[in-house]
Amino acid sequence: MTGVNDRTAGNTVLDPTNESRPAVRTLLERPDSLEGLVVGLLDISKPRGNVFLDRIESRVTAMGATVLRYSKPTFTKPAPVDLRHEIATHCNVVIEALAD
Amino acid sequence: MPNGRPALPDGLVLVMKQECATCRLVEPLVARIAGEAGPLTVWVQDDPSFVGGATALHDSDLAVSWHNSIETVPTLMVVREGRETERTVGWSREDWRRITGIADLGGDLPPVRPGCGSMSVDPDLTDELRVRFTGDTLTARHVEFSSAEDEFEAMFARGWTDGLPVVPPTRERVLRMLSGTTRAPSDVVALCPPDLVELTVEKIAINAVMAGCLPEYMPWVIAALEAVCNDTFNMHGVLATTMPVGPVIICNGPGTRAIGMNSGINVLGQGNRANSTIGRAVQLTVRNVGGGRPGEVDRATHGNPGKVSFCFAEDELNSPFTPLAQWRGMKPGTDAVTVFAGEGPRGMVDQLARTPDELCQSLAASLLPMQHPKLVIGFDAILIISPDHGRIFREAGWDRDRVLTELTALTTRHGSGLVRGAGGIAEGIPPHLADAMLPKFRAGGLLITYAGGGAGLFSSMVAGWANGSVGSEPVTRAVAS
Repeated sequence: MTGVNDRTAGNTVLDPTNESRPAVRTLLERPDSLEGLVVGLLDISKPRGNVFLDRIESRVTAMGATVLRYSKPTFTKPAPVDLRHEIATHCNVVIEALAD
Repeated sequence: MPNGRPALPDGLVLVMKQECATCRLVEPLVARIAGEAGPLTVWVQDDPSFVGGATALHDSDLAVSWHNSIETVPTLMVVREGRETERTVGWSREDWRRITGIADLGGDLPPVRPGCGSMSVDPDLTDELRVRFTGDTLTARHVEFSSAEDEFEAMFARGWTDGLPVVPPTRERVLRMLSGTTRAPSDVVALCPPDLVELTVEKIAINAVMAGCLPEYMPWVIAALEAVCNDTFNMHGVLATTMPVGPVIICNGPGTRAIGMNSGINVLGQGNRANSTIGRAVQLTVRNVGGGRPGEVDRATHGNPGKVSFCFAEDELNSPFTPLAQWRGMKPGTDAVTVFAGEGPRGMVDQLARTPDELCQSLAASLLPMQHPKLVIGFDAILIISPDHGRIFREAGWDRDRVLTELTALTTRHGSGLVRGAGGIAEGIPPHLADAMLPKFRAGGLLITYAGGGAGLFSSMVAGWANGSVGSEPVTRAVAS
């Protein structure tokens, strides 16, 4: 984006966005292995999501990880702040599961 | 002195322009007023040399005229302790004599002459003046396109549009848009989902310009955004759901007619600027400020064309029912928006019903399949009654409550036919409800409104998303002037 804060006339417009979007969002570094890590499994509370997560839990446990299970109150809304904080505090990795 | 606002000197202040015949008519009086009525300050908008007998100042940048809201010249004001206490516009012998205290002032002039338009309200100048005197109230980042860029293509490229061209939000246009509201540009209206960004009036105005709004639509755009950006309407969920819903905006009140909204022919279709751009401004704001973009937080499987804009007015003047906003708790005559998480509309044809009972049977049969014939209570709906169908209810004396009562009875069914697996259809209600009598809609979940062209024995329906605390509740909000 060129000309930011340039107040010259011409083809200058006002930014309609929240101006907080960084040009690039970098992902956290991915672990090479799950062995010894705590993996959070977040059930978004859609039907049969637990079936999928049960299978994931057995696979991840076999890889040497410790699993903690969480669920959102409803799939229609974002996870509450407290829940997000709890997951971030206790887990090294999180898997958020869909269903249907 | 914010924005270079000049102080007014105490005494009499006269604003004139040489080009104005009425100003030239009263010019010979200036010397006598200056001599007999105490301090007089004269500002002239164009050529101060035309005033004799007093030292006229040149309001060269029109700052005096702009900041004192001079709409007509001549304007004669009384100023005490820096504040205006009285003014008269044009020439009125009676007013000028009273204000100056000169009993025989202008005896050879006609009693009254209207003035001329002030240069500060000249349509060719107002945009420039607004930028000059109020431009520093804006804080949004400036984006300059390179000379090689087509500005419309540049806005597409930056991801600011809904797939259609948008109007470039220049400072002039944004300030003009802001003239449609009394709220300060820095006012925070809401936290805009999904990124929960503080949504200012200025950002709304920028997106309203892009959508093609007129300034007088601003209060409606602001009210609609207040209505969707909260946990009750749950705009975040409406975006994130895979279902094809978006905010449907129903407008009520005399203001809908003042801004020229359509409640008649093709009411849900194209062609009316207010209908098309108010809804579009809401969507562009959620996209650009909130960050709600398709393929990102917006996960809709299909979406619907109304997610560009779905906004219309109720035809209150001809409706057999109380206005929707009033039914939902607003005082009569209130300008208000009701937002509903809805899909695209579907038509409903019944050209043979002549009694309200026959028509309700037809409407009920058409409402039952919404979302799924075997799913009940979990989804709300809007029923848009057309004038031809509404006439049947009016002539029978049926009000909204009567129609709702009939439709509720006609759409209440035994659970045995609705449970999962019944009728060879896996979808359905849980088995424990098999013995219950179940209405199609929860109490308050069917929103009846009245709109459409004067010919056509059709009505229209809009299915909703998951309702209640796990989904979206309709929200009605008053529109502030």
